[in-house]
Amino acid sequence: MTLHPDKLPLLHALADNELDAANAVALEAHLRSCGDCRAELERIRAVRDLLAAPRLRDHAPGSLHARVDAMLAAEGAAAPAPPRPPRAGLAAHVLNGRWASGALAGALAASLALLVAMPQIAQTDTEEQLVQSHVRSLLVDHVVDVQTSDRHVVKPWFNGKIDFAPPVPELAASGFPLVGGRLDYIDDRAVAVIVYRRRLHTINLFVRPAPTLSLPLGVAMRREGYSLLRWTAGGLEYWAVSDLDPKEMALFRRDYAAQAVP
Amino acid sequence: MTGRFWPRLVRSAGDVRASHVPSDDRAERFRRVMLPHMDAAYMLARYLTRDPDAAEDVVQEAFLRAYRSFDGWRGDAPKAWLLAIVRNCFLTSVADAANRAPMGDVDGWTEDLPPELIEPRSPESLLGEKREAAMLRATIEQLPEPFREALVLRELEELSYRDIATITGVPIGTVMSRLARARQMLAELLLPDQPREAQA
Repeated sequence: MTLHPDKLPLLHALADNELDAANAVALEAHLRSCGDCRAELERIRAVRDLLAAPRLRDHAPGSLHARVDAMLAAEGAAAPAPPRPPRAGLAAHVLNGRWASGALAGALAASLALLVAMPQIAQTDTEEQLVQSHVRSLLVDHVVDVQTSDRHVVKPWFNGKIDFAPPVPELAASGFPLVGGRLDYIDDRAVAVIVYRRRLHTINLFVRPAPTLSLPLGVAMRREGYSLLRWTAGGLEYWAVSDLDPKEMALFRRDYAAQAVP
Repeated sequence: MTGRFWPRLVRSAGDVRASHVPSDDRAERFRRVMLPHMDAAYMLARYLTRDPDAAEDVVQEAFLRAYRSFDGWRGDAPKAWLLAIVRNCFLTSVADAANRAPMGDVDGWTEDLPPELIEPRSPESLLGEKREAAMLRATIEQLPEPFREALVLRELEELSYRDIATITGVPIGTVMSRLARARQMLAELLLPDQPREAQA
């Protein structure tokens, strides 16, 4: 150590040009009379010179540029589509008051129209988001935040991250081993994603509290080559997304629902 | 009554529009502002993870998080903002790794260097600029994390003390002492011996 350990941070700050003028003047005065501190400053500068070697600086490889580009493109595509013209058209039409007998009636009708139309529109966006999230999770190789086949790890992991408790049954016996869990955002809200596997296929099971207006109907559909399966149980809404065929998805749903102990 | 609920519906439609129309602009702006800092992000990730593949994963995750929270960026110091996210992604990625020393007890680091830090190849045995750089890099990578982090942010990323303090979430004084300690370790490992053995 130097004889003046209190000067040490100042010496580094001086070498880094981070010292204000008053401190710099005082330190320079001290350096004129203190050989140890001068020597220490020289050592600091010698280390800095070593670190100036260009080879220590990394450049992002082309593969990383490509990966980030692909990820941003997928992210852009995942953003919900712009508002549909019919809705804007209807609103504009209603708002300029030429429609029906008055603004009030128009407003009322518009409200009703939107009320009827919106859940359906939201639904469509949701499915799109689910598929995009599924694809993205595979694309960026970020399927799970917590990777474990132990359901006693996954379930507590969600605690404090979301305000509901999705059931996490172990389905390995039925051929759906648990991979882990992660958080995702669907419709601007954090949702739990429980990840299972079927052979080489990944199943993303999105779980969120069932919206109050939602229908308790099971829905099965295919979208862009992916299977989506929706059901509700115990106040929660489930969306399973995978590239499995619909029969195996139904099997998954049956096993999950049978094993799901809230 | 009608008047009470229909503005709400209109507003919700307006919200939808507001968040969608600029999405192209937003993506474009993100690319313009943040992508130029990919080298910096990768370099920090390289020195934190000490592994090129893991560094790529960390940077990609960081760009994803950065993109999703881009609206929360206040518009200043984009590089520092991005590097803070890179650092968080790194910490998340190793949170489960059992062999990592907890961040908590490193501030009290005042001991002499552990023997495994001093032992590696002596600089004299390695010849050539390339090998010297590799040796230098290996030496940096052996520094304990908070010191390595402070050193890389200052010497390689060329950030100010204030930015480093913001990124690492510690006071400037802590940044200064970590940086001083990191350089001191490097000096002991790399510089030829000097008449300065008065180690207290």
